[in-house]
Amino acid sequence: MSQSNIMPGFRPAISFTLVYLALIVLIPLSAMLLKTFQLSLDEYWAILTNQRVQASFRLSFGASLIAAAIAAVFGFIIAWSLVRYSFPGKRLFDALIDLPFALPTAVAGIVLAAIYEPHGWIGKLVMDGTGIQIAYKPLGIVFALIFIGLPFVVRTIEPVLQEFDTAMEEAAASLGATRLQAFVKVILPNILPATITGFALAFARGVGEYGSVIFIAGNMPYISEIVPLLIITKLEQYDYAGATAIGLTMLILSFLLLLLINGLQWWVRRRSGQL
Amino acid sequence: MSISVNHISKHFGAFTALDNISLDIPEGELVALLGPSGCGKTTLLRIIAGLERADQGDVFLKGDKVTDKPVKNRQIGFVFQHYALFRHMSVFENVAFGLRVKPRRERPSNDAVTKKVHALLELVQLDWLHDRYPDQLSGGQRQRIALARALAVEPSVLLLDEPFGALDASVRKDLRQWLRNLHHDLNVTSIFVTHDQEEAMEVASQVVVLNHGRIEQQGAPGDIYDNPANAFVSRFIGHTNIFDLEEHDADWLQTAGLSTAQQKGRIAHVRPHDIVIEKSTANSDAFVTLKDWQHLGALIRIELVKNGSNGPAASVYAEMPNKQFKRLHLNKGDKVDLRIRHAHWFH
Repeated sequence: MSQSNIMPGFRPAISFTLVYLALIVLIPLSAMLLKTFQLSLDEYWAILTNQRVQASFRLSFGASLIAAAIAAVFGFIIAWSLVRYSFPGKRLFDALIDLPFALPTAVAGIVLAAIYEPHGWIGKLVMDGTGIQIAYKPLGIVFALIFIGLPFVVRTIEPVLQEFDTAMEEAAASLGATRLQAFVKVILPNILPATITGFALAFARGVGEYGSVIFIAGNMPYISEIVPLLIITKLEQYDYAGATAIGLTMLILSFLLLLLINGLQWWVRRRSGQL
Repeated sequence: MSISVNHISKHFGAFTALDNISLDIPEGELVALLGPSGCGKTTLLRIIAGLERADQGDVFLKGDKVTDKPVKNRQIGFVFQHYALFRHMSVFENVAFGLRVKPRRERPSNDAVTKKVHALLELVQLDWLHDRYPDQLSGGQRQRIALARALAVEPSVLLLDEPFGALDASVRKDLRQWLRNLHHDLNVTSIFVTHDQEEAMEVASQVVVLNHGRIEQQGAPGDIYDNPANAFVSRFIGHTNIFDLEEHDADWLQTAGLSTAQQKGRIAHVRPHDIVIEKSTANSDAFVTLKDWQHLGALIRIELVKNGSNGPAASVYAEMPNKQFKRLHLNKGDKVDLRIRHAHWFH
């Protein structure tokens, strides 16, 4: 930094950031990478092309994407209700949103499993009504991930909605727009970047989620076995290299997906003049 | 009548924002709703636009009763105080919005939209900014784009809420003149809300003075200034000296020509330019001393103090042309005689 900087503390701040990143993120990840290098490329490839491993990858990423998408829609509606309307018990409701953040995920998983299992309160109703079983099926995993991901969406959209200038809606109406047109053309484009951020957070959380899922998933190989569980299983079988290989692959895939979402975010912001 | 408002009342809880307001605005006028903050002027404008509902009363636009019509069907153009431009759209798309949301049957073709938007942007002299986003514009530019956007739907009336409120003084001055000229060219009936009496007097062809949810006076700017209907209007429009004859000793006012014989009320309002001052002769027992003066361009504002015979010393302001003041050769502390040419009397 040759030019003088108005903001002091550049050196200590950046040093701290680098040390933190190294200790918490880079060193553990490098250890994982090194461990994977114990495998030859063929061995690595064999682990990845294993049917059971591939099925669990499809399940983990598929369920997370679906759950994040549903959470994005629901979260938008909840954030909208919390910001735009006033109703009795609003504060309590608002506080409840954060519960999945605080609740031990295992507790959440057990509770969800109890409710949605074929004999549970809601599970029985759905089972009798439609013949669809929720718990111990991939559908149960999606349910658990929606539960986990929802607060991320709500909490990212809420402040943006609060800041939204309602005069823009009035302007749209005065120019002859219907409510639907005002929503689609004015409100949505302004909230979309925040919604995508919420979606990305919910997705990232969903891919790594373990505690709440394993209780409701049923954990059947090829059907309802998520990647984190597969890693634990490998570890329990002392197959450290196999576990790290799967872990590394998951890491790379997640990173690429998040990068893609960030790109989408950038594109949306740019298109809507927010960059 | 282009805009008619009949017995409108509006309450917010216990607060009365508008109290039985009736108002008629003829075609083609440029009307200022003028009043101190909280007087209900913005509420009245929003009720005319349909952004707010009145508790009682009706609104007519071009003879049609629109009281129950939603804002989108009222054919109005509304310009918001903080512009309310669509942040995510380019300037071009902002202006085109009103054309693009029309029902499919009435919607103009893409070519027609492009042509019309560029014509409007040229009208507000900002066509060169058409691909920018609102965040990249200055306040004055945003306000002009907001106006172009409102004009795109060819509104039958144009409503502007404190259109220059958020702009700095020099930009405001330019835009006032510009708005007046624009109105002259387009001749669309317009109402704008302002708390700045100077702005109202300078821009509007008709001024409606509001206070506490009631109309105090309506008329041409000159009319309101020369013949204020009541003490509030007199105080609010322009500067005025207020003499309460029961509190002041009437003697010195009488020597100044404010005779109690011709008094038509208890309180006299005297415009600063209706006070003439002269240097008093050495042996005069004049009551008034010149304390200070300020240059207001072509005019000088002179601050006079009545020598405290009893009570606190009261300041009186007089105004006169620069040259005339120089000819008097007055200095601070000089005793002066003053003569009051004209007063408005109120009870």
